[in-house]
Amino acid sequence: MGGMDGFGKVEAEPNEPMFHTEWESRVLAMVRAMGAAGAFNIDASRFYREALPPEVYLASSYYKKWLLGLEDLLIEKGFVGADEVAQAHALKTAKPLEHGKFTVDDVERVMTRGGFGRDAQGPAKFKVGARVRARNMHPVTHTRLPRYTHGHVGVIERIHGCHVFPDSAATGAGENPQWLYTVVFDGRELWGPDTDPTIKVSIDAFEPYLEPA
Amino acid sequence: MTGHEHDDHDHSELSETELRVRALETVLTEKGYVDSAALDAIVQAYETRIGPHNGARVVAKAWVDPAFKRALLEDASKAVGTLGHVSRVGDHLVAVENTSARHNMVVCTLCSCYPWEMLGLPPVWYKSAPYRSRAVKDPRGVLSDFGVTLPKETEIRVWDSTAETRFLVLPMRPMGTEGFSEEQLAELVTRDSMIGTGFPKTPGAPS
Repeated sequence: MGGMDGFGKVEAEPNEPMFHTEWESRVLAMVRAMGAAGAFNIDASRFYREALPPEVYLASSYYKKWLLGLEDLLIEKGFVGADEVAQAHALKTAKPLEHGKFTVDDVERVMTRGGFGRDAQGPAKFKVGARVRARNMHPVTHTRLPRYTHGHVGVIERIHGCHVFPDSAATGAGENPQWLYTVVFDGRELWGPDTDPTIKVSIDAFEPYLEPA
Repeated sequence: MTGHEHDDHDHSELSETELRVRALETVLTEKGYVDSAALDAIVQAYETRIGPHNGARVVAKAWVDPAFKRALLEDASKAVGTLGHVSRVGDHLVAVENTSARHNMVVCTLCSCYPWEMLGLPPVWYKSAPYRSRAVKDPRGVLSDFGVTLPKETEIRVWDSTAETRFLVLPMRPMGTEGFSEEQLAELVTRDSMIGTGFPKTPGAPS
């Protein structure tokens, strides 16, 4: 939603609790546990949240989106049935999880952040300092190129190595590692000539998102 | 949930959402996918082990130890990994340094990516539409919502966390802290100063 107008001021809540209701913490724990048990990867879980209808997405709190995305994902992948959720009871045989049942012994695994770097499949196409254009692309599947950069020219500032490509991983098409770059845009390039000239915005972009400029 | 905007306007004991969450947890446990006790343990681990104190220790060390600061800016995951007491941060942490010429600010416009291991779970405002939409377009306006004003010539660099890289802002050390120990300095490092929407506390100033 980068660049959308009309959402108003940012309002910080003083002394904000970690969770506002107990259910928020249960949703977080279920997402982490089912992910660690192998029901889905992080990209699939993001994709299902982002695939919620826009009016639902915008009207839902962060953890509500997590809940709705989790339900859809588990139902679509066949781990639970919509009828089971509606009746709040298991009605069918469980589908085996890749890493088995999630128990207390597995908790340490979810508290350690995983690595997403992978061996390079080929040389990087761009060098630091190269001018690149963010492609104008609108796949209906998962992607991580923000719309506000489409068609705009930036400069490669860092190369992070090859990382799991979310566009592939989210759909179950494998990790398909791609070079990942920090690309810096001048604020005026993104938002027009009247923009404050001191603003620079960077994204981390996978190589398939970029073309030479 | 008083004083806080949620989509659930039902203030009964068990809201529709709460019932729905319970239903899902019941199904997951009955089907043998998860142990409820393991979910309890995850929540407890988040509540007790992660938080901005981790990031504050890293920042304070960078302020007093120039070699550590260089290592942190070079490869933050590796540098933080040398501090055994800080939780593991994964492989893709990037520390970005504020200077008098440049101020850094971190956002995730696509979802709400945030360096959990360094700063804990993100606050609601970080995950909110106003912050995610406006940080990349009007960062000075966003900063003014936090009561933060920067000189008009200061470059503002906004880092949109669009991949699995995570960003930690290394704020400038406050004046008047000469001779402070690492522990005393860590007390001054606020969460918002490590996101880039605030400054560290100044010693002696009311917090």
